[in-house]
Amino acid sequence: MKTVNHKGWYFVAPVLVLVAFNALIPMMTVVNYSVQETFGDNVFFWEGLTWFEQILRSDRFHAALGRQFMFTALILLIEVPLGIAIALSMPRKGFWVPVCLVTMALPMLIPWNVVGAMWNIFTLPDIGLLGYFLNHTLGINYDMTQDPVAAWVTIITMDVWHWTSLVVLLSYAGLVSIPDAYYQAAKIDGASNWAVFRFIQLPKMKNVLTIAILLRFMDSFNIYTEPFVLTGGGPGNSTTLLSIDLVKIALGQFDLGPAAAMSLIYFAITLLVSWLFYTLMTKDDQN
Amino acid sequence: MLSWMAWTWPTALLFIGIFTAIGTLIMIEIRHPGGDERRGVLGLTTTRGDRLFISLLGTSYIFLAWLGLVGMPLWTPLGLSIAWGIFCFWKV
Repeated sequence: MKTVNHKGWYFVAPVLVLVAFNALIPMMTVVNYSVQETFGDNVFFWEGLTWFEQILRSDRFHAALGRQFMFTALILLIEVPLGIAIALSMPRKGFWVPVCLVTMALPMLIPWNVVGAMWNIFTLPDIGLLGYFLNHTLGINYDMTQDPVAAWVTIITMDVWHWTSLVVLLSYAGLVSIPDAYYQAAKIDGASNWAVFRFIQLPKMKNVLTIAILLRFMDSFNIYTEPFVLTGGGPGNSTTLLSIDLVKIALGQFDLGPAAAMSLIYFAITLLVSWLFYTLMTKDDQN
Repeated sequence: MLSWMAWTWPTALLFIGIFTAIGTLIMIEIRHPGGDERRGVLGLTTTRGDRLFISLLGTSYIFLAWLGLVGMPLWTPLGLSIAWGIFCFWKV
């Protein structure tokens, strides 16, 4: 009979305690809030599932959710191919490797609120370097504080600038782990560049790309600080993404119940998309 | 001490239910290690824990969809959820 050692569980215990305090207990509190109404002072009134019904049927939530999906889809469509392309064109050995790596890593080292502030100043139409250049030198009418399209272009560009590096670094790590023998075999067979990419590099990058896309999905779906500092959700509500709306409801209006219900729905969406994506990407490996 | 968490009996029962389910799975796992891994009708390789996760995730969507599209009362989605849970542990 096979004996099983359960000592491993003790090593997991500290993590469980940590997760309990920083995720599980707050999460349970949110669930409790979502079925009640409060006016402060820790006094709560039972509301049942009213808030869930209200949020699920509110146009405001649908609009914010739509904007959120559009934002995430756009940045993934840009960042993933762009990141792979940059990783492919980076040198594999020599002096330029560390130069490229450090340059790529720089944007990720900047705190999120600083990125927002930087891009805000950079793109202001009258005093920002880019804003002034576009408006007064090139004569393009660009004002991200007034025009929704300009605001969208700006937050997308900002996110691409900030986070493409993550896809680049992970793809690069996948690329350098491919042994030379694969390329030699491809050369002997006379494989085209496209064939090398499609049948050697892409399959070898699949695992790291899965992680990269998952991270970018979760981060961009939960994004708050950068667009909040850059546009504050405006002009109007045009860049009010889900988390910005959530904070407006929770802290601006102090509607803790609806905010809790909304964050649970938000969580369910993130969980389902992440689970689906991960399951589909790792399905082939299992069988 | 727990007043800030604003507990109510329905939400407490929900969590007791989830933790009981997880606890039961742990007991089964100690008795029969290996997680009863198998390939189900959806083409996924799942363990008992995966099946619980899929049941709970599906349940939350069944209830949310019903609330958003139909509204109260919630007996029908409750029935659907139990059926979904049975299906998950039986076939998935």
